Amino acid sequence: MVEFLQFTLGGIVFGMIYAAIALSLVLIWRGTRLLNFAQGGMAMLTTYIAIEVIYKTHSYWAGFVIALVAGLILGAASELTVVRPTAGKPELNSVIVTIGLLILFEGLAGIFFGGQYRSFPAAFSVTGLKVGGTPLGVSRFDVFTVAAVLATTLILAVLFRYTTAGLRMRAAAFNATVARLSGIRVARVLTVGWALAGLLGALAGVLVTPSTFLYPNSMDAIFVLGFTAAVIGGLDSPVGAVVGGLLLGVGLSYVGGYLNSDLTSLVALGVLVVVLMIRPNGLFAGARMRRV
Amino acid sequence: MKKSQRLRWQAAAIMTSALLGVAACSSSGSSSSSSSTSSSSNAALTASAPGITPTTITIGSHQPLTGPAAPGYSEIAPASTAYFDYVNANGGIYGRKIVYKYLDDGYDPTKTASVVRQLVLQDNIYALFNGLGTPTHLAAVSFLNSEKVPDVFVASGCECWNAPSTYPETFGWQLDYISEGKILGQYIKQHFAGEKVGYFYQNDEFGQDGVKGLDDEIPASMVVSKQSYVTTNVNIGPQVAALRASGAKVIVSFSIPAFTALLKLGMLKLGYNPTLTVSDVGSDPITLGGLLEAFAKQAGATVNGNQLTNGIITDEYLPALSASDSWYVLFKKIHDQYEPKAPLDGNFFYGMAVAYTFVQAMLKAGRNPTRADLTNAIQGGLPQGPMVAPFAYSSTNHLGVTGAYMGIIQNGVVVQQGSVLTTDTTATGPITTYTGSEEQAPASGIPSASS
Amino acid sequence: MAIIVAAIVAFLSIKLNAFRDFQIAEIAVEVTAVAGLTVLTGLSGQISLGNGAFMAIGAYATALLLLHLNWPFYLVLVFAGAVTAVAGAVVGIAAARLHGPYLAGATLLLGVALPSLALAYPGIFGGDQGLNVVFTTPAFLGVNFPLTRWQAWVSTLVALIVLVLLANLAQSRIGRTWRAVRDNEVAAALDGINVAAARVRAFVVSAASAGLAGALLAIVTGLVAPGGFTITLSIALLTAAVIGGLGSLAGALWGSLVIVLVPTYVTDVATSQGLSSSVGANIPIVAYGVVLILVMLVFPQGIQGGLLRLISAFLGPDQKSRTRRTAPTPHVTPSADQAPASQHEKEGFS
Repeated sequence: MVEFLQFTLGGIVFGMIYAAIALSLVLIWRGTRLLNFAQGGMAMLTTYIAIEVIYKTHSYWAGFVIALVAGLILGAASELTVVRPTAGKPELNSVIVTIGLLILFEGLAGIFFGGQYRSFPAAFSVTGLKVGGTPLGVSRFDVFTVAAVLATTLILAVLFRYTTAGLRMRAAAFNATVARLSGIRVARVLTVGWALAGLLGALAGVLVTPSTFLYPNSMDAIFVLGFTAAVIGGLDSPVGAVVGGLLLGVGLSYVGGYLNSDLTSLVALGVLVVVLMIRPNGLFAGARMRRV
Repeated sequence: MKKSQRLRWQAAAIMTSALLGVAACSSSGSSSSSSSTSSSSNAALTASAPGITPTTITIGSHQPLTGPAAPGYSEIAPASTAYFDYVNANGGIYGRKIVYKYLDDGYDPTKTASVVRQLVLQDNIYALFNGLGTPTHLAAVSFLNSEKVPDVFVASGCECWNAPSTYPETFGWQLDYISEGKILGQYIKQHFAGEKVGYFYQNDEFGQDGVKGLDDEIPASMVVSKQSYVTTNVNIGPQVAALRASGAKVIVSFSIPAFTALLKLGMLKLGYNPTLTVSDVGSDPITLGGLLEAFAKQAGATVNGNQLTNGIITDEYLPALSASDSWYVLFKKIHDQYEPKAPLDGNFFYGMAVAYTFVQAMLKAGRNPTRADLTNAIQGGLPQGPMVAPFAYSSTNHLGVTGAYMGIIQNGVVVQQGSVLTTDTTATGPITTYTGSEEQAPASGIPSASS
Repeated sequence: MAIIVAAIVAFLSIKLNAFRDFQIAEIAVEVTAVAGLTVLTGLSGQISLGNGAFMAIGAYATALLLLHLNWPFYLVLVFAGAVTAVAGAVVGIAAARLHGPYLAGATLLLGVALPSLALAYPGIFGGDQGLNVVFTTPAFLGVNFPLTRWQAWVSTLVALIVLVLLANLAQSRIGRTWRAVRDNEVAAALDGINVAAARVRAFVVSAASAGLAGALLAIVTGLVAPGGFTITLSIALLTAAVIGGLGSLAGALWGSLVIVLVPTYVTDVATSQGLSSSVGANIPIVAYGVVLILVMLVFPQGIQGGLLRLISAFLGPDQKSRTRRTAPTPHVTPSADQAPASQHEKEGFS
């Protein structure tokens, strides 16, 4: 019974990381109808930037903040330079372009930072928390991880719903032509969307890298599961992203604990197939198109 | 309609032929071995084999330089290169310089097959040196043996390299995982008799062979849990929780350094503090300390990661990295001169040590060696060099070092406990104490030619 | 037919260098797989990020058949293709209702998860070390015929057969059905086309091609292990298809040439410059990423599309070459006017 609790709590922590990646993908999808395969690679780069800042300034929080800022910049820059030109061209081109970005980022990281593992600090203690002598299987840092992702999600939700900027973004995603006619700078809105996604990815990066160690491919597996979570939840739904992430995190934790760690990706595939068979657009898909 | 279609096919055909033609023309031909008369003290140096010219010996390797498996392992080849550079600067091998060409295979067996063929068929290497990885090297071993290319000192502890009848060109070097498991297992049986033991192992040939060796020694009644992990999934919390739930007081881990560190972190998270025994592969104190250092700083004090590695039990077949060891002094000198920026850790030491063994073998092979001269030289037995135990090399045994000593990590260094132990890969083969002594590093840093 | 003759002639002239033979075999393997993928994604509009998994099925089937039953190779080849075709049908049926990114996600995870079956059942599949494949030159060629050349011949032959079959399919009614489904599913359904069947058929064909490619890969590399079928492979296949020109079989060739030759070429250049290993090993990766981005930005129709543009510009305006036939845009982009998810199901790429 204690193990069940430990598996569950541990799964929630990883689940929130997947949720953060999933959210960043949802942000970009809603705004630009594109899949950003480079999301994990961007998160890896911003985490490298963070570790360099932390070493130079001996301040974790400086690195943390700089990573988030770097995420904003990197997201915006990617959209402006490389993704914007693929607008109007076959959609798969943007997939290949973002894959190209991913490969480019990994190669650059290998060149500038080296391919060796780097240890990345956690914001708080990693010693486990206990309740009455029973270890819960989570640490203060894990609690911070969950809280940080939830807080960022809420802030973004508030941003979208209650601010003019958010209204503009929703309008542009809903109907770009009408939005343009209303005076909204749709292009700028798209860039902002990518920037925010970059921030989310950077957050996921600094939160998960203590557990993966930092090296050019460290975010690859996390990205795949984040993408899966987004698909499970429905690419149009931020709520779906969080739910999908938690589902995946906790589910895979049970598989690793009760079955065999070999089976985790197979089980993830199984979950995905089951969900998509029932709801082909994810759990929280919007209304389906009426077929004539 | 048809005309334009035909035009397209023709255009494509021309393109195809052109491209294939270009590919053919651009193929770099084999390095022609021109004979030259060098005025050397003894016989003249000739191009006695593919890859050997009067001035150079070209060897190749496949290594994971990029990709998820690269961290850690990618240090080995530059370390070997550093030692070869040192030898080249000090007379080379009978005056020839060693040219070490290693190519990235990203730990992908398909790519390994490709780069090994490139090295043999296009770059005309004399031998394949220190090919890294079990699944990767398995993709190369048949080809190397059918082409009769010496395949020396494979960087993998699989016992599958010991197949003199099917793979006569292939030789291991490091301690194989089954023997290692036996040595670790015996230590646990002797020092923790009656305690509950749990295994944590990588679910591939490395971990599985290690477990085989452990099971040869540790009574089954002592083992309460066996948990495996895969390198693609870093969330090992469930496995650690399962180990804790089983009540294991001793954990034996056949894990790579990253997962040893994760295991330690997972134990911290659960407040679980069993005795940790780790395979040599995953226990290098410097690597582990580096991985854990970000977490050791937590308490606010400026401790380094060593605090978290103290007390880890492990085995070693190379000397400890301490200033009192002659090999460490030698390798540090070369490291500081040729690769000062690389960390001088277990992987670096490994790379230099295996390069040293290769130089010993080449010196033994003679002034104008053929490929067969190299394999015969190894089969005739090699001195143990930096290894703490003898090599097994003979015409019937192609495995490398036969033993190791047990040690406990203290303050970032492995402190030896007891004598060197040697054994074999069979389930019932005994573990015996090695009564010979360690060799000292030669003053010149280069093995003598008369071994 | 001209292409076949030209290819064989050109190829025979290269049999001097054994390593080039190996590369020819590698390219042939890629072309076989990429051709199937380009048909699936380009002609029937279904994206697949998991064709590497189909290659794995074909490769493992080959290895197991040769290991346990010792069948002659041509029989093994057919059977491996058939087994993978069945797998393709299963996947196609499961994926029939999926579109765009959802299909991408499902196939991505397929590509990631399937090879781990080999680790989960090591007794059958050989685990991490994989299964050995023994492939020898047949007796009638004599004892001196180099294995690499025979491998190149077999691979090229299979690749050409697959290309011819796919070309015929693409121009047949089935191919037209695929394009109709890709361009506008509703209209196709109204027209009486069984959309689901067409989509599954495309998956079957694509999977069979990939399975045959996997069988060839098994005999060319001699080892079938999960490490050779990572998601990197699936992504490389898609990359090759798009770079070469989606939907175009000639494009499959260009794309395969790029992904096989560019990294090796750049590695050679990098090592000859004497760069340090951490830099030198990553230069090909950086170059690869840059090539992908540049080709997509400069040649949105892929290399084949770019070539056709160049050729038609060269030959003048009287040649009304129907570039649409071989390098189509994958589908109609729903214009930005249409509202997204909250009202309609908006499709990214179908």
